[in-house]
Amino acid sequence: MKSLIKIRTGAISTETTEFDQAEKDTRARIEKLMNGAGTHSVDYYHKKLGLIMWEKCGMSRNEKDLRAAMDEIAELRADFWKNVRVPGTADTKNQELEKAGRVADFLELGELFAKDALDRNESCGGHFREEYQTEDGEALRDDVNYAYVSAWEYNENPRDAKLHKENLVFENVELKTRSYK
Amino acid sequence: MKLTLKIWRQASSEAKGSMITYPIDGVDGDMSFLEMMDIVNEGLINKGEEPVEFDHDCREGICGACSMMINGQPHGPQRLTTTCQLHMRKFNDGDTITIEPWRAAGFPVIKDLIVDRSSFDRIQQAGAYVSVNTSGNTQDANSIPIEKAKADEAFHSATCIGCGACVAACKNASAMLFTSAKVSQYALLPQGEVEATDRVQNMVRQMDMEGFGNCTNTGACMIECPKGIKLENIARLNSEYLKANIS
Repeated sequence: MKSLIKIRTGAISTETTEFDQAEKDTRARIEKLMNGAGTHSVDYYHKKLGLIMWEKCGMSRNEKDLRAAMDEIAELRADFWKNVRVPGTADTKNQELEKAGRVADFLELGELFAKDALDRNESCGGHFREEYQTEDGEALRDDVNYAYVSAWEYNENPRDAKLHKENLVFENVELKTRSYK
Repeated sequence: MKLTLKIWRQASSEAKGSMITYPIDGVDGDMSFLEMMDIVNEGLINKGEEPVEFDHDCREGICGACSMMINGQPHGPQRLTTTCQLHMRKFNDGDTITIEPWRAAGFPVIKDLIVDRSSFDRIQQAGAYVSVNTSGNTQDANSIPIEKAKADEAFHSATCIGCGACVAACKNASAMLFTSAKVSQYALLPQGEVEATDRVQNMVRQMDMEGFGNCTNTGACMIECPKGIKLENIARLNSEYLKANIS
């Protein structure tokens, strides 16, 4: 127990410039969401995004579609911030506002998904890049160039997110193609 | 399907609420009740009105978030079913459906159909756990043999999702079915014996403090429970409570 107590964070003061900044940013973000032009509901954007992801950033994807997805999501995100309709007020419980905050995140994350998929010129895990397959249509991994985990550093504009590579080092096993044949 | 909905609207816990009528058209029998509510809300938002707030999360009957009193029944007319798994085919064209929040002193309304169920969290926190030092090695699950019948019964009690339908169904707004399920899932297992006395005393004390009523064995809770939690749990809770207070 003692060792656990040691790593506990004490009370965090709200009297810091960082706190003030975070509070200010959050309030500004909420205000922006509340003051959209009111053209479309949050669900409208969520469904549009879902369709882009499903069609162009699904289990089987290719470069052309991924590039198109990035542009479409960026456009949808800009439209969302301008035209979303969040009813009610920000000072009571407001599920539409909560949802708007989440969909705003998805609109960033979706584009990053596509960017991440584009970065990886291989078919890996559950995702199939159509350009990278064997002659008989099996997933073709590239362990020479892509044996790393991608950690993307946040940027407001997802296409400018910075890649940090965490290399996958295998000491006791040899990397091989998984085959059920 | 064309329906008339009468929905409880309440702006905040302090505000006075009322039933408001909303006509809705184009409801499909394959829609879940919550999908129907989504369409109502989409329509309200597009008209510039405030949507009806309601709790939901998994929409597959396991999280216990959805909570609607539909035509006077918690989770509506279908037995062993949460609101999210209730389909509109259970209703007929032209029906009028009344939708209210859970009504109980222990569940104050937050907004519209959303009630504050943190009282259930506090009852759980009062004792619905087994204290184990998990910093060491994991024990083999089969190292303590448990009778199959007891293991099954404990498991069944543990399927309670804490939705609060039992309280909403009860004329006394009693939380006995919920509390008894959470006590029973441990009372039947040897791992639960060590803390049995404190558990039942603390949980019942918390339940009373939260303002829930007492059980008069009507059994409405068991009928309305979407997980079929049995009334026998309440008998077990009473016996555990008695045992804890005389030993």
